[in-house]
Amino acid sequence: MATLLKPENVDQVREAVAWAAAEETPLELVGGGSKRAIGRPGNAAHTLDLSQLTGITLYEAEELVLSAGPGTPIADIHAALAEQSQELAFEPPDYGPLLGQPEGAGTLGGVLAANLAGPRRIKAGAARDHFLGFIAVSGRGEVFKSGGRVVKNVTGYDLCKAMAGSWGTLGAMTQVTVKVLPAAAKTRTVLVFGCDGQTATAAMTKALQSPYEVSAAAWLPQPLAAQSGVGYVKDSGASVAAIRVEGPGPSVEYRCDALRTQLAAFGETEELHGHNSGAFWREVRDVRPFAVAGDTRAVWKISVPPQSGAALAMELSQALGGEAFLDWGGGLVWLAVPIEADHARIRAALGASGGHATLIRAPAELRSAIPVFQPQDPGLARLSQRLKEGFDPRGVLNPGRMYAGV
Amino acid sequence: MEMPKPDDGVMARRPEIAAALREIVPGEGVIVDEEALRPYESDGLTAYKTLPLIVVLPERVEQVSRVLRYCHENGVKVVPRGAGTSLSGGALPLADGIILGLAKFNRILEIDYDNRCAVVQPGVTNLGITDAVRADGFYYAPDPSSQIACTIGGNIAENSGGVHCLKYGLTTNNVLGLEVVMMDGEVIRIGGKHLDSEGYDMLGLLTGSEGLLGVVTEVTVRLLRAPEIARAVLVGFPSNEAAGACVAGVIGAGIIPGGMEMMDRPAIAAAEAFVEAGYPLDVEALLIVELDGPESEVDYLIEAVEGIAKDNGAVSIRVSNSEDERARFWAGRKAAFPAIGRISPDYYCMDGTIPRSQLPRVLSRMAELSEIYGLRVANVFHAGDGNLHPLILYDANKPGELEKTEEFGAEILKLCVEVGGVLTGEHGVGVEKRDLMGTMFTEDDLNQQQRVKCVFDPDSLLNPGKVFPELHRCAELGRVHIKRGQMRFPDLPRF
Repeated sequence: MATLLKPENVDQVREAVAWAAAEETPLELVGGGSKRAIGRPGNAAHTLDLSQLTGITLYEAEELVLSAGPGTPIADIHAALAEQSQELAFEPPDYGPLLGQPEGAGTLGGVLAANLAGPRRIKAGAARDHFLGFIAVSGRGEVFKSGGRVVKNVTGYDLCKAMAGSWGTLGAMTQVTVKVLPAAAKTRTVLVFGCDGQTATAAMTKALQSPYEVSAAAWLPQPLAAQSGVGYVKDSGASVAAIRVEGPGPSVEYRCDALRTQLAAFGETEELHGHNSGAFWREVRDVRPFAVAGDTRAVWKISVPPQSGAALAMELSQALGGEAFLDWGGGLVWLAVPIEADHARIRAALGASGGHATLIRAPAELRSAIPVFQPQDPGLARLSQRLKEGFDPRGVLNPGRMYAGV
Repeated sequence: MEMPKPDDGVMARRPEIAAALREIVPGEGVIVDEEALRPYESDGLTAYKTLPLIVVLPERVEQVSRVLRYCHENGVKVVPRGAGTSLSGGALPLADGIILGLAKFNRILEIDYDNRCAVVQPGVTNLGITDAVRADGFYYAPDPSSQIACTIGGNIAENSGGVHCLKYGLTTNNVLGLEVVMMDGEVIRIGGKHLDSEGYDMLGLLTGSEGLLGVVTEVTVRLLRAPEIARAVLVGFPSNEAAGACVAGVIGAGIIPGGMEMMDRPAIAAAEAFVEAGYPLDVEALLIVELDGPESEVDYLIEAVEGIAKDNGAVSIRVSNSEDERARFWAGRKAAFPAIGRISPDYYCMDGTIPRSQLPRVLSRMAELSEIYGLRVANVFHAGDGNLHPLILYDANKPGELEKTEEFGAEILKLCVEVGGVLTGEHGVGVEKRDLMGTMFTEDDLNQQQRVKCVFDPDSLLNPGKVFPELHRCAELGRVHIKRGQMRFPDLPRF
């Protein structure tokens, strides 16, 4: 019989995992459930719901650290940080709406376990870069910790990195600590209209090579720009390259002006101020161009060297009858293609430039049929397999969610 | 500190091992003469010395792979080494192990400004990367104080930090890709010029693994555009508490400076006597706050920092007005270690991190301990991130003084853990803090870390005796003992 286990403390998590390990029966780990549809479909009979492990247990703004239960909603974290004018600098995305889930269901533990990052990834890093410490229960039913509550620490192996992006396959986290940072006083976004992907990449590259500390750079082709909720973008009638600067007021104004001058050669420019900037980058962060009611296409997240993104986006959207937009200065391609497309072409197209493609949205049948995560070379695959065995020898924690047998 | 007992069997096979290694690395790449081995007997932690069995200096990845495969097949231990600047004994040789030196891997393979990265060999120095791109306005951000000498391969092993890491991150935040040779000789590639490879973050696990998991043969690092300008403020305070409050005030105001360094009275005096940086000598604590970025931003923030300093009772404030002056402000801080070296025959540099609010408590307890042990101590402090470097002054020629110093150092580190901090912020565990790991971690914590070691090096041939106080056999660690309750979840909510 399927059981839904909702532990309220670390002892109960330990008890649940120990039971599963003794019975050799797999558990599906769930927080807010917003990313449940990502990964290979599992066959776990039982669910370990960590959403009751909530609450901020430590927040010292001047020390730049926050500890909380992994089930704490990201929305609660944002609210607490906003009171001190701070934020999670990696700009955690909310894929809920993209995956047909409600907005705002994500948890801190979920964002860390998936190692997600928004547009600021290029400047501030991903979730992994802000993950300072945790307590977790391994698949052995043992409670273990790593890291600490200070921002600079090299004591022992950095198991936070192993947990980040492990999609719940190595441990059930019961407490997490992250680095938090001051939120910028001011934000502006320079828009450059009418560039194709290649020209937009050249513009973004120029901006990212400038000393103006660009914190995000994205490009939307005209049809996707036309869906934006931000008037300047929606009504432009053109493709839009967007470049964000953040920081103290006078500095942001100076850098915004300097970038507009520098980028004028690429096309007509405009600027977004605080409110519009916020709205625009949330759309990019949350993949809103593809989170439209009725859009059931498969969505791929493709990370490549920044100079390779535009050509790849064009090639694949033409070949597969899809649409694409760019983030991370060209290094992140979001691609939507019909479910029946020849998906094998996507990874084949990565070729020599390197990179990886992850199937973020697709029906379960497609996620069973093709690898959801980028297949690994044999050497790396063996290491992954052994790492899984080291943490979860009986394969009870989200087995097979990333790779078969892991 | 004790190292594992050398294996007499391996020691006896030394000529045979040397001959086999010469087959792989011909010519001068295999060192066996005692005189020539001598420079390798210790690293930056000079208190400990051991002559290695043999030193091998390969030049090609294929040689590294064959050396490791040979050692794997023949049960020979391997200690990887970059420039040997580790302050925790990470490259301390083993009497029954070879040193695998990567110094000949010293080429920059590619500079790719459009993708904002560089591909380099592990023996390139940290500063060497920045030097190669400086003229084009770029730099590599992590800047450990040994950056003239230390190699990027060593930086990966230790996850090195530096003065700028509060704003720009540690090594782990600035590396995109690695080529690594496993202990069995297999070469694997992780990451590349793209971000966040899917799958377990092996890049993150290898960075800071202190040479226990694999040997790095190629590194792809992020390059950043250099800021338009940098200016520094030099602020004197009548007490450590006031300086600490100022640091908290700066961060509380939403300012993350490029660097924020603190020195206590003994460190100020030693540095000033050495380089005449112009430091005030009538203060208890000195803060250097550096702001970098566009000029308009830097000017704006300097003013804000000055205001916060005054609010916290600063008794002297100077702002750099030229690059020369900024360099002078830093000269004293950067020379702090050699400056201490001038006033004491030897010094021992510690490296704990504490929650910054605990600074007054830690410093006053340290002063008490200094009395108890009869050893002077000076403090330099990466104030922004709470990374404390107490320098214990001692004389190695006085019998028992090194042991006393080690004890004093251990007390300081235990204190760091006690107040919520950690044993090491950037120097690594190595052999130095190995036996203190138990103060921070439980047996289950350490066992889980060792299972990661087992993933990469099941026979424990790569840099054994470092990091872990007690090495368990991988077979033993692999066993599953489920501590299961009597009943099926007696008090677990079910739905």
